Amino acid sequence: MDAFVPPASPVKTRRKRSLLWSVRGPITQRQYLLLAALGLIVPLAAWWLLSEFGGVNKVFLPAPPDVLHRIATWWTDDNLLGDIGISIYRVVGGWALSALVALPIGLAIGTFRPVQALLEPLTDFIRYMPAVAFIPLVMLWVGIDEGSKIAIIFIGTFFQMVLMVAEDVRRVPTAQIEAAQTMGATRFELIEKVIVPSAKPALVDTLRVTMGWAWTYLVVAELVAANSGLGYAILKAQRFLQTDKIFAGILLIGAIGLFIDQMFRFLHRRAFPWLKGNK
Amino acid sequence: MTTKIAIRNCNKIFGEGDKQVVALQDANLDIAQNEFVTFVGASGCGKSTLLRMIGGLETLSSGDISIGGQSIDGPGIDRAMVFQHYSLYPWLTVRENIRFCRQLKAHTDDRSSADVEAASGRADALLNLMGLSKSAHSYPNQLSGGMQQRVAIARALMGRPEILLMDEPFGALDAQTREVMHDLTCAVHKIERATIVFVTHDVEEAIYLGDRVVLMAPRPGRIDTVFQVPLPEKRDKSMKHSPEFLKMKLEILDRIRETSGMKTDLEQLEKLSALAHG
Repeated sequence: MDAFVPPASPVKTRRKRSLLWSVRGPITQRQYLLLAALGLIVPLAAWWLLSEFGGVNKVFLPAPPDVLHRIATWWTDDNLLGDIGISIYRVVGGWALSALVALPIGLAIGTFRPVQALLEPLTDFIRYMPAVAFIPLVMLWVGIDEGSKIAIIFIGTFFQMVLMVAEDVRRVPTAQIEAAQTMGATRFELIEKVIVPSAKPALVDTLRVTMGWAWTYLVVAELVAANSGLGYAILKAQRFLQTDKIFAGILLIGAIGLFIDQMFRFLHRRAFPWLKGNK
Repeated sequence: MTTKIAIRNCNKIFGEGDKQVVALQDANLDIAQNEFVTFVGASGCGKSTLLRMIGGLETLSSGDISIGGQSIDGPGIDRAMVFQHYSLYPWLTVRENIRFCRQLKAHTDDRSSADVEAASGRADALLNLMGLSKSAHSYPNQLSGGMQQRVAIARALMGRPEILLMDEPFGALDAQTREVMHDLTCAVHKIERATIVFVTHDVEEAIYLGDRVVLMAPRPGRIDTVFQVPLPEKRDKSMKHSPEFLKMKLEILDRIRETSGMKTDLEQLEKLSALAHG
């Protein structure tokens, strides 16, 4: 018996449509890494080409090798490590102080409606005030030593942080809280055993994001009678038109920020394994 | 039969001033010890509100609810509640979720070693009863919706509540899983000897599970009719096709349409289609 042979189909096989550009479409690890590398390399290459062959004056746009060289001499001759150290100290100090105060206040705002009514509009008002404008006041109140730099970073991050912490706490599902209430939890037990552990992953994320903001206030903070630090170095380089050093300082701040950010993400994954499988 | 829950002239008004909404008007109901009562009705009929009032999660605008003769004032460990979703603690394993109440002072006044041991045995027994033994060390996120609700029920039962309040616990589950959960709930009712109040919008579910079905109506939310379910105490899936079951289902569905204004909508639709074809 002859095997059944299907007639040659006149229908053309439809071209497989790439899913890469569909909304929220899938992406392979390879494609992701490739694009991420591209996103970093292209601007770098463009910068390099522009500075080498674009006919732009080196004073305005130093080439990448110049910047690298500047970082090297900064390290050997100008105590780069000291500048990095003091800047990290100021940023982390201001940020940690802010977290220390913002976490309990945000928790109270997100948990108790009277506290929310009392503090949230006020915080919303203050957070629109420019941190830079507080410099004269900070100098007047805190003085011009380390405390003032930390104070500026504190002012820059604290008010945003309070509101974000409050929002994180408010996002704890009501059903989680009510379930504990029907099991007889006291108010303190609700906070200790439900609200805080439930909000923790979001809180760590908030701390990560606000750490980034704290870094953006570094240059502002080091406007205040500083004589060391990355922000101060950038400001000083401006005075002497050392654009390569400005570039170096900016890139270093970016690199340190990226490193700290990755640390937070790593910590997040390690500390909250139960989030895996979350949709 | 002794009355376990007595609901007397209960009113609940949400909002202030012009925005006041009567969520529940003059509700009166006695629920007997060990009874299984289901609340059914269209949305906005106040069924969940009434359940939450029994649970102490919602205050009363006026009236009184008493448990065993004692007026309630807020939640208590005699009344455990199962919610539709998002009530499990994702950072705790299944077993830790079930044992959650053991972390609370209200449940651990007695810290004798016998009590601690009994609690541990109770947790294992509940894991077994709910078919969760294999998932004891999983996190809730790793479980299906049906399994998550089993955990929620087991957690509510852990403290041996006299009353189990269930707020549309299977509303988010698919039909097959829901059937399994129904039989499981019946088993729980039998084994635990708890009084169960169960809220649902699924009429079939309400009849299949309940000794009595309380039909509620919206605008304003109120208790409309109380039906005695004419089925034997031990329920079986085949009963869903019995004439008594179907008759009651039709009767309740009809009454829901009548009270929620859906009936007039239907009549409007019929008129419109008649016009279109005429």
